[in-house]
Amino acid sequence: MCATCGCSDDTGTRIDGVAVPGHDHSHGHEHSHGQDHARGHGHTHTVELEQDVLAKNDHLAGHNRAWLDQNTIRAVNIMSSPGSGKTTLLERTITGLGAEGVSVVEGDQEPPFDADRIRAPGCRAVQINTGAGCHLDAQMLSDALRSLDPPRGSVVLIENVGNLVCPALFDLGEHARVVVMSVPEGEDKPIKYPHMFRGADLVLLNKVDLLPHLDFDMDRFLEHLRRVNPGAALHPVSATRGEGLQEWYAWLGAHSPSAGTPVRAR
Amino acid sequence: MHELAITESIVAGVAERTGPARVRSLQLEIGLLSGVVPDAVRFCFDLAAEGTTLAGARLDIDEPEGQGKCLTCEEVFTVRTWAVICPCGSSDVDLLSGTQLRVRSVEVM
Ligand SMILES: Nc1nc2c(ncn2[C@@H]2O[C@H](COP(=O)(O)OP(=O)(O)OP(=O)(O)O)[C@@H](O)[C@H]2O)c(=O)[nH]1
Ligand SMILES: [Mg+2]
Ligand SMILES: [Zn+2]
Ligand SMILES: [Zn+2]
Ligand SMILES: [Zn+2]
Ligand SMILES: [Zn+2]
Repeated sequence: MCATCGCSDDTGTRIDGVAVPGHDHSHGHEHSHGQDHARGHGHTHTVELEQDVLAKNDHLAGHNRAWLDQNTIRAVNIMSSPGSGKTTLLERTITGLGAEGVSVVEGDQEPPFDADRIRAPGCRAVQINTGAGCHLDAQMLSDALRSLDPPRGSVVLIENVGNLVCPALFDLGEHARVVVMSVPEGEDKPIKYPHMFRGADLVLLNKVDLLPHLDFDMDRFLEHLRRVNPGAALHPVSATRGEGLQEWYAWLGAHSPSAGTPVRAR
Repeated sequence: MHELAITESIVAGVAERTGPARVRSLQLEIGLLSGVVPDAVRFCFDLAAEGTTLAGARLDIDEPEGQGKCLTCEEVFTVRTWAVICPCGSSDVDLLSGTQLRVRSVEVM
């Protein structure tokens, strides 16, 4: 039973002397299976679990998504390597769009907190201090939403922890995934982190103001990105100079609750 | 180490199902396209299992390849990397499997 809603999930069975499905006895003798199992009687039994490791997180993510939908709020999960420009992009976005319809959840490993940069323009923002944790999970977002209390009809922008590996595995209950990649990281990034790029609805290629100074092979980048994700939208931007941000705002507009974009099916 | 959280979820999920019984081994399925590195899970396991009924348990890890279904020619084929391309050349492919992260079974005493 799920503690949140009472719905059943697949973590039901315990070994407590009662029948456990698939409790297979490979040893060939008779004995009663009462309390002696707990004490351990020196031989082994195979227990079929068929357990999805991420099931618990996925379940909670489903709750987050349902809650967001009930309140006509859209959530966007923004992921990147450390330093690709997520916080800069969010600062610009709040200035550019106005703080009304947007609130921010910041995931950070260490102070100084990125949320302080966001709070400045008068925007709703909460910080999730993940400590040593290298990604956000659905429980963290659930807690953050409770204290953020975003208004109906708004968009919640979530800055995930700077890391291209495990944030891809943890569904938060978001409606869309944005991967920010910056030009200095090199055109091979999509091939090196295919899991992350495969899941992206939108890729923002940031720091394009640096293109004249670097040997970034745009054709190779596109080829790599299309190999792992043929369908993702792509916008080149400069979060500091403002280049391309209109396209990003348009994309966000199309994903806002009023636009009625269908909910991401995951 | 990105696999620590995954390994902790494995330990917690198994402990919840097996109660006080000591766990001798775990049979895991880590799809080739799951984004999780089996050696890193092995590396994290001792730490994650310390002080639990899973301490000292053996890990048997199976790494199945994925399967893709081409949306252009309908062919179902084996997928080993994330550059998912059908033998017909199309990259419009539905990934059917290969990303799974499962605890198939455990051996308890
Ligand atoms: N040249 C250039 N620099 C940028 C751009 N966007 C961000 N930066 C710089 O990149 C650095 C990192 O930016 P942040 O916004 O803190 O990056 P982040 O992704 O939030 O970093 P973490 O939260 O640590 O993962 C800062 O020095 C920014 O000024 C850009 O478009 N062009
Ligand atoms: Mg940041
Ligand atoms: Zn539930
Ligand atoms: Zn027995
Ligand atoms: Zn992580
Ligand atoms: Zn084909």
